[in-house]
This record gives sequence, structure tokens and C-alpha cells, in this order.
Amino acid sequence: MSISTMATWVVVIGGLLILCKPMGIYLYRVFTFQPTVLDRPLRPVENGIFRLLHVTRDSNMSAVEYGLAFVLTNMVWGIMAYTLLRIQGILPFNPEHFGNLNAGLSFNTAASFVTNTNWQAYSGENTMSYFSQFAVLQFLQFVTPASGAAAGLAFVRGLSGRQLGNFFVDLTLVLTRVLLPLSILFGLAFVALGVPDTLAPYLHVHTLAGQTQIIPRGPIAGWEAIEHLGQNGGGFTGANSANPLENPSALTNILQSIAMGLVPVAFFYMFGLFTGRKRLAWTLIAVAGTIFLAMLAMIYFPEMAGNPIINALGLSGHANMVGKELRFGMGGTSIFETSTMAFTTGSVVSAHDSFLPIPSLAMFLGMFLNMVFGGKGVGLLNMLMFVILTIFLMGLMVGRTPEFLGKKIEAKEVSLTSVAFLLHPLLILVGTALAVAIPAGIAGVFNPGPHGLSEVLYGFTSAAANNGSAMGGLGASLPFYEVALGIVVILGRYASIMAMLLVAESLLQKKAVPQTSGTMRTDTPLFWGVLLGSIVILNALTFFPVMALGPLAEHYLLMAHHVFG
Amino acid sequence: MASAVRKQPLSDTSSRLKELVRDTFVKLNPRTMLRNPVMFVVEVGTVVTLWLTLSARHSASRNYDAVVTIILFMTVVFATFAEAYAESRGRAQAEFLRRSRASARARLLKSDGSWDWLDGSALRQGMRIRIEAGDTVAGDGVVVEGVGAMDESAITGESASVIKAPGDSVTGGTVLLSDSLLVEITTDPGNTFLDRMIALVEGAARQKTPNEIALSALLGVLTLIFVLVVVTLGPIARYYGPHTVNTTTLVALLVCLIPTTIGALLSAIGIAGMNRVAKINVVAKSGRAVEASGDIDTLILDKTGTITIGNRMATEFLPVPGVSVDTLAEAAWIASLADTTPEGRSVVELAESVFNSPHRQVPSGEPVPFSAQTRMSGIDLADGRSIRKGAVSAIVQLVDQPPPDLELAAERVARDGGTPLAVAVDRQALGIIRLKDIVKSGLKERFAEFRAMGIRTVMATGDNRITAQVIAAEAGVDAVLAEVNPEGKLALIQQEQAEGKLVAMTGDGTNDAPALAQADVGLAMNIGTMAAKEAGNMVDLDSNPTKLLDVIEVGKQLLITRGALTTFSIANDVAKYFAIVPAMFSVVPILHGLSALNIMGLKTPHGAILSALIFNALIIPALIPFAVKGVRYRPQSADRLLLRNIINWGVVGVIIPFIGIWGIDRVLGLFGLA
Repeated sequence: MSISTMATWVVVIGGLLILCKPMGIYLYRVFTFQPTVLDRPLRPVENGIFRLLHVTRDSNMSAVEYGLAFVLTNMVWGIMAYTLLRIQGILPFNPEHFGNLNAGLSFNTAASFVTNTNWQAYSGENTMSYFSQFAVLQFLQFVTPASGAAAGLAFVRGLSGRQLGNFFVDLTLVLTRVLLPLSILFGLAFVALGVPDTLAPYLHVHTLAGQTQIIPRGPIAGWEAIEHLGQNGGGFTGANSANPLENPSALTNILQSIAMGLVPVAFFYMFGLFTGRKRLAWTLIAVAGTIFLAMLAMIYFPEMAGNPIINALGLSGHANMVGKELRFGMGGTSIFETSTMAFTTGSVVSAHDSFLPIPSLAMFLGMFLNMVFGGKGVGLLNMLMFVILTIFLMGLMVGRTPEFLGKKIEAKEVSLTSVAFLLHPLLILVGTALAVAIPAGIAGVFNPGPHGLSEVLYGFTSAAANNGSAMGGLGASLPFYEVALGIVVILGRYASIMAMLLVAESLLQKKAVPQTSGTMRTDTPLFWGVLLGSIVILNALTFFPVMALGPLAEHYLLMAHHVFG
Repeated sequence: MASAVRKQPLSDTSSRLKELVRDTFVKLNPRTMLRNPVMFVVEVGTVVTLWLTLSARHSASRNYDAVVTIILFMTVVFATFAEAYAESRGRAQAEFLRRSRASARARLLKSDGSWDWLDGSALRQGMRIRIEAGDTVAGDGVVVEGVGAMDESAITGESASVIKAPGDSVTGGTVLLSDSLLVEITTDPGNTFLDRMIALVEGAARQKTPNEIALSALLGVLTLIFVLVVVTLGPIARYYGPHTVNTTTLVALLVCLIPTTIGALLSAIGIAGMNRVAKINVVAKSGRAVEASGDIDTLILDKTGTITIGNRMATEFLPVPGVSVDTLAEAAWIASLADTTPEGRSVVELAESVFNSPHRQVPSGEPVPFSAQTRMSGIDLADGRSIRKGAVSAIVQLVDQPPPDLELAAERVARDGGTPLAVAVDRQALGIIRLKDIVKSGLKERFAEFRAMGIRTVMATGDNRITAQVIAAEAGVDAVLAEVNPEGKLALIQQEQAEGKLVAMTGDGTNDAPALAQADVGLAMNIGTMAAKEAGNMVDLDSNPTKLLDVIEVGKQLLITRGALTTFSIANDVAKYFAIVPAMFSVVPILHGLSALNIMGLKTPHGAILSALIFNALIIPALIPFAVKGVRYRPQSADRLLLRNIINWGVVGVIIPFIGIWGIDRVLGLFGLA
């Protein structure tokens, strides 16, 4: 392992670990309405917004109200986005004169951006006007992660014995206190590091070879900041962060990796402050962190070892650099890709299609689990879903009705939680089965053998996990995929969040049981192992067969030096 | 008469066996099965593979389908057998109880004082019946008049008779040995303790407990997930070609994955849990109460009879100066010979252990019984001496010159938590007998275990503070509340519950009833009043308050057994994947590489699938003993319990099927089946 790889990893992982505590404390203070640094300039603005919305900071909603506010607000945004994309041609800030988007792509894009998935069945630089980029898509890149964070906050409040809070207050505060300030900070940093930010038309340059080249540009730096801070992941251009204008150097690469993880990891710590159990927060961080490191290793080492078929030809004794950017190297690429799959961002610095099977397995892992820190708020929600399932399954073995944070976990919570757990595999497996069973779906599979299957599976997994990255090699712009994936992103986003909000409310209404030595402790190394084991086994049982048919089959073919004609 | 000979009843065991077999198959009825979604899926799978067997074109595939069908059918049968077996064990217990109830008739008292025979089943609440010596009590009631000795062995198994006096409750099925009683019936038939106990151990009245409902919900969703995995696997695998997967194999995979082990044993665990409670002679009014006892945080225990053995015992003689221990002991001995109370007997025993020469002559005389007015008892001997023992203040008034040391010694005894008893001969005080509460043996250790499990023990007693504290320290309870009345106990329970704790207590008196009703687990004593028995959610037929500790352990063991078998069931799936997945895709050339996952080295694809399926079926009967007896349970802290059970059931649950499936595959190989 080279020095630069090690340095990159240490900076990113160390940075996230160091920052999660101050950031978590800041989040905790903001969302418990305690004084913070930005009070003076922002309070009047927020108060104005609250007056407009007829809410106060301390107003509360029930789980159903909160969920409905979340879903309906998102629906309004979705319809708005759809409409604006459909009439893009007549709207301003369109120097390249791009036309209206068709219905399928508009639905797919609106659904994908409103659910914080940012799956892109298009390339921004030849489809979207500047107006669509910043007024439609970038707007959604701010408000939809804020909605997800709000839902996570409501869940955390419920678990910590507080009222769930008000969706609109939370939404506003996530925007004013977290996403906007951080975006300004990171946006300026990206500008300083060479990322363009302009409304001027694309550059037409004459190359040395005497040709004319069009270089797409636009308001990119601000986009990059919120793309990563919000775990959005939709690229300004089709090449996403592999494009030198989006992610010019190893330094911006590190910054983008940190931007993705900054708030999600801090949310875990904030959870510890809300519940008064910092050790529990660290245990959960350790569980997610362990999986994060495993994914990093699963991506880096096989790629470094290279493709066995090519190695056997004697062509190269080096790493599998196909589809990767030399300016990041294997170290930078693997930490960025691990982050983007763990934090469910979905931006990419390399072609996921060109990765070897075991690294793709790691990418699948991140999306299957959806709680390796995950998107801010939502990832924590998923983690706590597994915590509740694990406590119920294993907690019986201490001879008490299982309880979490002093609340007994009974039929209602178990049913809701397990339905939330069921939903993810349901969307992925049914979607994939449908796609490979009908001609409309098979038409989009461009690669033979297991790899083609993996590509379809990846598409549905990415959609269900609201990740948004694509493996590629899939005809995602076919009507079938535009509609099917659009539906999957919507169900994947809202159904499980609703279920978990109901769990939070149900737990909130229960009387707290005091902790004794007869209570199963959730802040010990033992629980770390138990939780990790349950998460791995439950997910392995669900996804092992399709993994065997996809990446694993491909892996063994590769080992056998099988080449498709 | 010949026909009567032929119709000789079958022996108990063989009729039970017959019933067991019959129940096993009756339970296969799909409508009954629907209550257990996991096993219902297996049953549907059996029908599917049976249909495939019958419609198969090639004999090779027909044989495979047929074998799978048989194994699936056996899996379902093992599950229904487990439940039927647990029920039949309960039924054996119930039969014993029912026999005592069968023939009871009652003498119904009419308003004019005469009586008529009435069938026990026609008795209603409020009726008054007369019970004569030799009668079997026809229903639960309260004694209104008369005193008599009752044989309660039918329900308690205890042969010593119990004296029943007005206010005491009597239980249907018990037999009056002497005298006659007038009893007011308090329960309608079908609702008596005996009925409840029978219904409960038979499993007929069994309702799913909250935790069982939650676990069933989870198992249902897990089953749904695996149905989803397997149903989608068909089309996904056909990506590689139309004949990639075989439907029979998919059904086999599904059955292997869904948690059949726990699904098959879940109701057996619940039934057996109730039986274990019944076996320690406790009637639980609901399964919910047994389950709640596993969650208890605070135990509120009486002192007398619960923590201490019911009576105080003499432990020491403290003579006043000038009197020898021997003299005091002899006087106390003579004074107590006629005293049949346990206290009196303990004085005799202590005195005899103090004497140097064991055989003394028993002097003749006229015993003076204890009375509340004199507060002393004793004997007026034939030689003219009069010996008295009793409350210190009473003796002090009796004697001519009470020595100052007498009262000092009495105070010292009281300060140590004992009760002083003074002894005087002919108006001359000899000294003090120290009476002490004796903590039941083994309790201190058990309380320590409970502390490790996170259960707090609180001693609540009407005794004075000093006595209470001394006993509390000796027994090692966590907290003590002295001079409490029943209202105080109720308040204590409410206060604990306000903190979110679950509270268990025992009681027998009518004034305990509110507290028993308020407690999450209220164990009433069978000798107690009807009000107490109605208020509690369990009744101990042996009337031993310490039994509460056993009940809690049964409750905990019940939950642990469920958790352990669930964990085991899910952990098992890992190995099954490694057996089935490489085997099921072996027909697809492009997927041949997956044979690398066949880490058990199973020989043929069909053999691998059958081995996994057979293991899956056999593990059910193999675990029936654990389901019925409960997994081993040692009181420990939650963390230690978790670690031990995770290793015993989780880690071992991953490893065992690898060995089992490998072994079964070898055996199948011997028969040419693999």
C-alpha cells in the first residue's frame, strides 16, 4: 500500500472520526433548540419562515402527521420538478437551448431526485438547462436530504422519549443550520481548488490538433458541495465526479469523501446525545465503521491484485485501472467509492461497470445494508431498525421481554420493523425478477453472463437504497426502467420511513423500564459482535442467492479464465 | 359379559400414545395449520411437490420429487407431533386432576336447613352446601361454619391434611376427612381452580402470550422474506436459460430457509412452560402471567413464612447472675413440654441440647395455657412449684424483685432483632430465652443470584424496624420496609410501577387482595382467603411463598428457550445455503464455478439438497426435549447469559448443520442415494 493511499485513507477516516463529535454536538444543540453560533444572523430569518408556515419551534406532530407532511411536501416538489422539466425549453437560463424532457425521463428524474436517490437516466451536460440544473435539481438536492434528515430526527426524538417534533421546523433548521452553511463552506473550497461555477455558456475551444471541442461547464462548485453534503450523488455531468471539472484533484476527492460522511456519522453521535447514551452511539459507529472498513478492503485489495485473466496474459502485473482516474489512483478511488456506497450518495469517480466481482460485491453490500452510516438521518433509521430486530431476536436469550432504551419491544414494533426490513429486498428482488423475465426488461441488458444480471440487480438495488449510482451497461433510459426504477425509488424511500416513524411513536408512548443488570446492554463489545453478526446473517440469507448468480458466479468464471466472445 | 372383557380399557400409556398419534395427524388440517404460518408454508410446499411427483414425466425426476415430498411431509408431521406431545404431557397431568372432580355431588342446603343431592356441575355462585366427612368438595368455596381436616392431596400432591375453619377457602376436588363444614360456593362450574388448571395444562385455554405474538409476527415476516427470495429466484435464475431451476428444488430451498425449527416448536415451548408451572404446583391463571414473571424487576416479600421459616425458634438461654444455664434450661424445658406450638417445641429442643445428661424425668403437673390476658404460659407442678414463661413485661410484674439484669438482657435481645421470653419459677426470674426468626436456608444465595439477574428484593413486614433490619441483613435482601400495613404494600407496588418496574408479590389475606391485584405477578397462597386467590394471577397450591422465585425462573427459562431456538433456527440457514445453492445451479454450465461454494464436499446435487432437507426435518424432533424441558438456565447477569446463549445456540447453530448435512450426505451415499 502506497504512502499516498494510506495518507488519503487516514485523512478521510480520521477526519470523519474527529469531526463527528463536534458536529454531533452542534446538531444536538440545533435540534434541541439550544443557542448555537449562527443564532444571531439566522434566527430572524427562520422566525419569518415559521410565521409564514404558522408553526413555532416547539410545535409537535404525531407520527402520521409527520409522515404525511414529509410525503406530501415531497409530492409537491416532485410534481413541480416534473412540470418544470417538461417545459424546460421555454424557461430561462438555457444557453445551450436544450428542449423539453419526455414524460418517462421527467418522471424518472423527478422521482429520483425527490427521493434523494439521484439516479440519472440522462447526462446533464447534453440534457439539462442551467435553470433545470440549479432551480430544479439542485433545489431538490437541498430539500430532499433535509426531509430525510428530518424524518431521522423525528425517529431519534421518539426513541429518546421526546415528542417527534414538527416536520417543517426540522426541515427549515436542517437547511439553514446545516446544509446551507456547509454548502457555502465547501462550495467556496471547491472554487478555490479549481471547480468552475458560472452561468456562462459552454466553452468552444480550438484544440492543438485543429479541432473544435465543446467543454460543458456551469454552476458546478455549488452543485458539488450539496451533491455530496446531502448524499445526493447526481452528477452535474454524466461522468459525475470522474469529470475533472467536478472533481479536479486528489484534494477535492478527499474533500468530497469527507463531505459525504460528515453529517451521517455525526447523526450517529447526535443520537447518543439525544438518548444520553454516548457509548451506544460509539457502538453503532463501530458496527457501521467495521462494515465500512470491510467494504474498503473488499474494493481496494482485489482491484490492486488486478484482473487474473489479464495478469495471466502477462500484459500487466498491475492493478485493474480500467475505468479509473489516474489522478486519484487506487487509494483515492477506493475510499471515494466506499464512501459513496456507504453513505448512499451515488456519485462516482470511476466506472462501476469495470470493477472486479468482489469489489462490486462490496458495493452491493453497502446498498443492501443501507445503514453503513447511510444518508443522514435515514441511515441511522435503518441502523436502528436492525438494532431493534437484533434486540428482539437475541434479547429473548437473556430471559426478559426484549427492550431497547428502556422500552419494551412488542408485537406492534416488531411487525412494523420487520415490514420495514422486508420492503428493501422486496423491491430489489421483485424488480430484478420482473426485469429479467419480460422482454422489455431484457432489452436493456447489454452484457452477457453474470455481469449483465449484476447490472440489472445493481440498478434496482441502487434505486431501492436511494443510492443513485449506476453500474452502467444497462439501458436505463428504456421506458421500462424509467418507470420501474421510478416506482422503486418512491416506495423505497417513503414506505419504510413511515413504518419506522410509527415504531418511534409506539415506543414513545410506552412507559420506560429502568435498566438493571438483567437488561441486555447495547453498549458493549458483545453487542457490537451480536449486532454485526445479525446484520450480516439476516442480509446474507436474503441476498445470497442473487449474489451467487451475479458477482459470485462472475468471480468464479474470472478465476476459471472464462472469456465471453 | 364376554363383550365387557373384550372391551377392557387400554392401559394408560398405550391410550395416550394412540391419542398422541391421532392428534399429530388431526393437527395437519390446513385450517388449524393456518395459525402457524411457517408450517403452513411447508404444508403448501408438500402439496406442490406431491402434485409435481404425480405429474412428472421421467421416472428419475419423479423419484426425486417423491423423496422431497416425503421429507416435507415428515417435517410437517414432526411439527404437529411436537405440539401434540407437549399437549399430551399436559393431558396426563390434567387427567389426574380431572379424576378427582369427576364424581363430586353436593348436598345443597335448603332454606329450611335440610339438604338435597345436587350434581356438582349444577352448583352456582352463592349456593350453600354441606360437606360431611368423606365427601369430595364439589366446587370452590369459603367455609361459613364448622372446622374440619381436609385432604388436598388431589391438587397439591401433599398428603398432610389441612385444617379448614370459617373464612378459609376450600377447593373443588379435595376431600373432607373429619367433621362437617358449611360452605358457600364462590365460583361457577367450569371456572373453578381445578377447571382452570386442567384447561391450562391441556393447552385448551392457551392463548398466545404477548411475546409469543410478537415472535410469531417476526417469524411470519421472515417466512415472507424467504418466500420472496425463492419465488423471485426462479425468474432471476431463468436469466441463464429456461431450465435453470427445478420447482421441487425451489420448494426444498424455501422449506430449508424458513424458520421451521422454531416454527414447529413454538407452541410446544409455550405449552411446556405452563406445564412446568403446574408441575411446581402453581396454578397460573394465564400464560401472560407466567411470561410476565420473567420480566419482574422487584420482588416484594413478606418476612414471616417467606423469608423466615414460619415460626421463631429459641436459640439461646441468657440466665440472670446467680442462675446457671442448666437451671434456666431445665425450667424452660418443663414449662414448654406441654406447649405444642413450634416456638414451644423449639425451646424443648434447645433445652435438651443444653442438658448434659439427656434423660430427665418428666415431672407431672397441671399445664397453664397461654392467654392473651396473662401473656404467659407454663405449668403448675405436683411438687408445688409453678413455672411461667412469657412476655418480659408480664414476668416482670409477676416476680417479687425483678433483677435489673433481666431487663438489660431482654433489651439486648430485642436490639439484635430477636424476641425475648422471660422464665420465672415461683415468682423468681431465672433469665431470658432468645427467640429468633430463622432465615430459610439457601435464600441468601438465591437472592444474590436474583441480584445478578437485576431483580431487586424488598422485604415488607409488619414487624418493628429492628427485627426487620436484622432479618433483612441476614437474608441479604436489597431493601427493607418495616411496620407496613397492606395499604403500605399497595403504595410500595404503585411506587415501583410508576418507575416502570414490574413487581411480583405473594399474599394470603383478604387485606392483601388489592396489592395482589395491583402487582404484575401476584402469587396467592392456597390456604389464603378466596379474595386473595381471586386477586392474584397465580395460586400456589403448596402455599409456599418462596415458590415465587421458582415461578420467575420458569418465566425466564420460557423466554430464553424461545430466543435460543429462534437463534438456532436462523443460524442453521447459513449451512443450508452452502449445501443447496451450488447444487441447485449445477445444471447450468456457466454457473459451474459455484461448486466452489460446496465446502462440505457433498457428492451429488440431489444428495446435497436432500441432505439439507433431511437435516432440516430431523432437527425438529432432536430439539423437542429442549422445547419441552426448557434450555439450561443458570441465574446470571444479562451479559453473561447472552454471551453463553449466543455461543451455545448462535455459534453452535451455525456449525452443527455443516456437520449434520455432511454426515447425512455420507449416509445417503452408502445407500446410493447421493
